[in-house]
Amino acid sequence: MKISEIKDLLGASVLCGDDHLSKDILSACGSDMMSDVLAYVKNQAVLLTGLVNPQVIRTAVMMDMICIVFVRSKQPSEEMVEFANEHGLAILTTPMRMYEACGKLYSAGLKGNGEVNG
Amino acid sequence: MDDLLKFTYAVDGDNFTSAGQASVNVKKNLRQLGFDAETIRRVSIAMYEGEINMVIHAGGGNAEVFVKDDCIEIVLTDNGPGIANVEQAMQEGFSTAPDNIRSLGFGAGMGLPNMKRYTDSMTIESEVGKGTKITMKVLL
Repeated sequence: MKISEIKDLLGASVLCGDDHLSKDILSACGSDMMSDVLAYVKNQAVLLTGLVNPQVIRTAVMMDMICIVFVRSKQPSEEMVEFANEHGLAILTTPMRMYEACGKLYSAGLKGNGEVNG
Repeated sequence: MDDLLKFTYAVDGDNFTSAGQASVNVKKNLRQLGFDAETIRRVSIAMYEGEINMVIHAGGGNAEVFVKDDCIEIVLTDNGPGIANVEQAMQEGFSTAPDNIRSLGFGAGMGLPNMKRYTDSMTIESEVGKGTKITMKVLL
């Protein structure tokens, strides 16, 4: 699923990474606990979260994720967006709640593929 | 074994916002050195969790990363309260972090287990009241 499809399915706005919208997303993770996110290896993943702080972006960078969707219209700070942009991440924000946003993407064919490493 | 390269960082214990900057820097350096993506990811995640732990529990500390012939070694040293029961601390879900840390996305009792999960070896030397030294290796 391309980032542009995620944007359309979630009625999301793009805060940075317009030029990454054609990239393919292979797996997804929805969580507000960054340590749970860090417990799973994802390739070309999107992170859906309602948590807004710089550690969200760092977690995504550590995991080589390529897109973050903030749910419930959460707005990251300019510094966070800039940091994400430097690391090639696309940042989206959607008015949907976590459950609904995850459900939309799952129904459209984007599975979790949460493979526990070790 | 000679160290081919060494990176040293002071981890600021008073600033949760900046926690993880050293790990981002290590990731960048390892990428420039041409290591494969999986190795870089394992090293940087393990170090990131360790850095967060030092900020939450120990008031900061020191992080050293050694690039060796056969492995990348991460050594995290702090002068914090120490870990009273290492076996318990290694259990997924066991946490002594305060609630305000959980609201920041950490403190779920996954830090040490994640560090072990992503590295080939991990040793914890800890003395209550003195501090903790964690040594992790990712084999090349």
